Amino acid sequence: MNSPAQQGHHIVKAFSEELEQLSAAVATMGGLAESLISDAIDAIVTRDSDLALDVVERDKRIDALQRDIERQIIRLLALRQPLAWDLRVCIAALKITADLERIGDLAKNIARRTRALNEAEPLPLAKSVERMGRLVQGHLHEVLDAYVSGEVAGAVGVWERDDDVDEHYNALFRELLTCMAGDAQLIGPGTHLLFIAKNLERVGDHATNIAELVHYAVTGTELLAERPKGAFPDGPAS
Amino acid sequence: MTDAARPPIADAVRQRLARRHRAEGRFQAFGIGAIALALLFLAVLLGSIVLQAGGAFTNYTLTLPVTLERESADPRGDMSEESLRRGSYNGLIQQSLQNEFPVASSRTELRELFGLYSGLNAASVMRRVVAEPALVGTTIEVTLPVNHEIDLYLKGVTVEEVFVDGSGTLRPSGVEGEVTLVAATPAFAGAIDRIRDQAIAERDATLDRAARLESQAQSAASRDAREAALAAAARARQAAERFETIIDPETPVELGPRTASLLVRINGGVVAVSSLDPDASTAQGRVLLTLENADPSDAWTEWVIETPSANRRITDQQAVYARALESRGMVERRFNTNLFFNADSREPELAGVLGAFIGSVLTMLVTMLLAVPIGVGTAIYLEEFAPKNRLTGFIEVNINNLAAVPSIVFGLLGLAVFINTFGLPRSAPLVGGMVLALMTLPTVIISARAALRAVPPSIREAALGVGASRTQAVFQHVLPLAMPGILTGSIIGLAQALGETAPLLMIGMVAFVADAPSLGLSGLTQPSTVMPVQVFLWSGASERAFEMRTAAAILVLLSLMILFNAAAIVLRRRFERRW
Amino acid sequence: MADAAAPNSNKATVYHPLQSTQPVKVAASGVEVFYADQQALHGITANIHDRSVTAFIGPSGCGKSTFLRCINRMNDTIDTARVRGSIRIDDEEINDRGVDPVLLRARVGMVFQKPNPFPKSIYDNVAYGPRIHGLASSKDELDAVVETSLRKAGLWDEVADRLDQPGNSLSGGQQQRLVIARAIAVNPEVILMDEPCSALDPIATARIEELIDELRENYCLIIVTHSMAQAARVSQMTAFFHLGHLVEYGPTEEIFTNPRDRRTQDYITGRFG
Repeated sequence: MNSPAQQGHHIVKAFSEELEQLSAAVATMGGLAESLISDAIDAIVTRDSDLALDVVERDKRIDALQRDIERQIIRLLALRQPLAWDLRVCIAALKITADLERIGDLAKNIARRTRALNEAEPLPLAKSVERMGRLVQGHLHEVLDAYVSGEVAGAVGVWERDDDVDEHYNALFRELLTCMAGDAQLIGPGTHLLFIAKNLERVGDHATNIAELVHYAVTGTELLAERPKGAFPDGPAS
Repeated sequence: MTDAARPPIADAVRQRLARRHRAEGRFQAFGIGAIALALLFLAVLLGSIVLQAGGAFTNYTLTLPVTLERESADPRGDMSEESLRRGSYNGLIQQSLQNEFPVASSRTELRELFGLYSGLNAASVMRRVVAEPALVGTTIEVTLPVNHEIDLYLKGVTVEEVFVDGSGTLRPSGVEGEVTLVAATPAFAGAIDRIRDQAIAERDATLDRAARLESQAQSAASRDAREAALAAAARARQAAERFETIIDPETPVELGPRTASLLVRINGGVVAVSSLDPDASTAQGRVLLTLENADPSDAWTEWVIETPSANRRITDQQAVYARALESRGMVERRFNTNLFFNADSREPELAGVLGAFIGSVLTMLVTMLLAVPIGVGTAIYLEEFAPKNRLTGFIEVNINNLAAVPSIVFGLLGLAVFINTFGLPRSAPLVGGMVLALMTLPTVIISARAALRAVPPSIREAALGVGASRTQAVFQHVLPLAMPGILTGSIIGLAQALGETAPLLMIGMVAFVADAPSLGLSGLTQPSTVMPVQVFLWSGASERAFEMRTAAAILVLLSLMILFNAAAIVLRRRFERRW
Repeated sequence: MADAAAPNSNKATVYHPLQSTQPVKVAASGVEVFYADQQALHGITANIHDRSVTAFIGPSGCGKSTFLRCINRMNDTIDTARVRGSIRIDDEEINDRGVDPVLLRARVGMVFQKPNPFPKSIYDNVAYGPRIHGLASSKDELDAVVETSLRKAGLWDEVADRLDQPGNSLSGGQQQRLVIARAIAVNPEVILMDEPCSALDPIATARIEELIDELRENYCLIIVTHSMAQAARVSQMTAFFHLGHLVEYGPTEEIFTNPRDRRTQDYITGRFG
């Protein structure tokens, strides 16, 4: 998350180091989750079952990382009693890792369905799924960048553009329904594809969650209240 | 720090450690040594004073039956107090004493006899009679201290004497007047040897002195000094000559004022030998105490008073009277009540510290009543209320300076202000107390301020925080906590004042005061002296008996000081425990 | 960058939108204190609410104790101190010439850093205030005041059978509660506490904190503390002082989760200021 230079060093150096380690670990976990999503989408597009299997395997590392980060945070809370900024960073990290863990699970689920999909004929709608997947992956990437840099703008952007993902999903849903209604043969793979789309939509929701958490950690205020207005929150001190 | 750097540091520390421990040990040894030295000095000081004072706590008293004959005790015959006060009580005592030695009749004998006590004692008999007129006409027992010289003689301080049992039979030629003592054997050989040995020693010492004076004359700076030394040497040689006749074994031994006295106790009387035959069997002498009979006796005693009569303050006759009275049980050694219950006197045997003691008490009372309230009040104001500005700073500096002013300056101030300007009486405890209060004030103020400052500010804040006013905070909380310190400081200041002499010299408290001031308000303006001044006065007195009394007075003063300090400790404990 | 991290170079105080529903008890406005020529406080303006605990935090020498001591005019006892500005308790100016500091201190009790019971019995410690102010007319009444005060201070059960023992014989925590009982005994409206737990162990501290929480129902409490955790635990409002300025003042949870001023943030998270 925010570089120490921006926040100033703690008088207790070890505290700063631990917070940096925590941020780095969360960033690593985020990178891993993003790569899982990316690889899962690649596996759909290239119909690569090995890659899908690899994604399923790598999800275990995400779980392990989450447990590790949780332990770190509990330790920080107990021994350093963080306040203000530090407290928010810890809480955000705790929740972000939970979101990332879910994202990992969803990627694993997508990978499993991809292997099932690969046994059937390729569907024409895979292209739409890929587009949606790339969009979600982009959101995730952006929000993780915002987390690492502490720039709220990126996170707010993602949060505001969550509707795009929903629209993509709704369009895909209608197309798949039309497809499956036309050809009973396609009901099996179509259902898998539908779930993949649903999972991607959820990944988008988690990315939005992370965006909210980043905003909370950096500014101390919640995004939720201002969402209906769609106004730019009292973010950067311009 | 790297691990490699550690061992050398440990070594360095260890090396220095030995030195540091040695330094510490050295310091402790110095400390213990200093304390031991101080204790030694204290022991020597106290020991010498106690040893010197020892004799003063007892004295020999003479108890006489005195018949208070009406015409002497009551010269006007109306039994009025005025008449009784004019009575010739000394005459009555003299009469009674003469009764003991009826033979004494010559003026010299009577003077020597009446010299056994001081005529001042008559006053005490008069007081008794005035208090109880019914005594007139009766015989009362009068106890009076013997003359201090007699006292010292009986204590064996001033006069060297030996008693030797005589051998052989001695026959006195009479019971009174000039007598001859004849023995069949050379009974007096021992006495003659003794006297000759002493004479030889005296002669040699005198010749030595003459030789010393002559050598001094040679190296004398001026002619006058040389001549004076030579004259003194000549006189010494002349004096040495006189011993030659005694030393010469062929001539009779003539006893005089420069030789030892030889007295012979025989048949219940005493004979003072004036000359001894060379064959040591016959002695010429004069009876000092009447013999019961002139029978030959072999139960006789040689009584040699080795100190020549020229070197002592009592005569052979007085020694005989004193010993006779002692053997009759009329002279006894008793506890010296006069030392504690009499005021000062020219006669050492009558002198006591009571006057000075009361004077000290009154003076200290005045000092305490003035110095403590004013000092503590000043300290409280300066410490708790006064604003810290230039004026209070100036006052503070001056108070501190006052503490360093020599005490005699305060005496001068007292003389100029209290006596000359205000016209207060001289030599009075009131003025003494005021002067000493001035001297003690800075000490009290400084110690009280220190004690107040030592009270933690939290107590002040606590009181103010509950809504106490400043005065309440100070008097209900700060002052009680500072009290032990204030008391200690005040008592140390008072103890210092108690031992002070110099300022009192200036206001006339060195006067000889024969009456103790009364222990009350009226005593404040009566002439008086104080303990340290009494010590000072006695130490300068010429009578030898005052020497031991000086030491005794010092002991009384010391006990007073210890009492004061004990009171300080007790009060301190009290106040510290008081919650 | 967000405003929490923005360097705040101007000296204006950050006031959070106040969330206390309690009425204002102490209203300070433009309070300045000088020690000789040294200015210790710069224009402090703050409303302190009744029936709540307000914590003053800040580094040593920041002026929080000085401000606290303005509220019962304890600074009057320091010769060189001069106080300017207005402090009103219930709309009554306390710096007026007509206000007797002794009366004021009966209304504004104070508890100090070090437990400072008087070297008297427990009973006399508590009874001292009522005695000098004449709050009890009889011995029974005084006994009742002492008991109520000790009960309120949570000390009654521990000392009921040894009221005649010296106050100094109690443990540190008990002494501090005794001192609080002594302050309560004169029935003040405001209780000032200057680092009341800094000399106590955690258990004794917890007792005092519990006591403070209970006292909140009846008094306006102001507590100076160096322990941020303590300020967070006991107070509803927190004021952060820095170099004689009131930097930030707001609800405690706001101050501790989302301070608005960079200096507050640096201080409470333990960063280089």
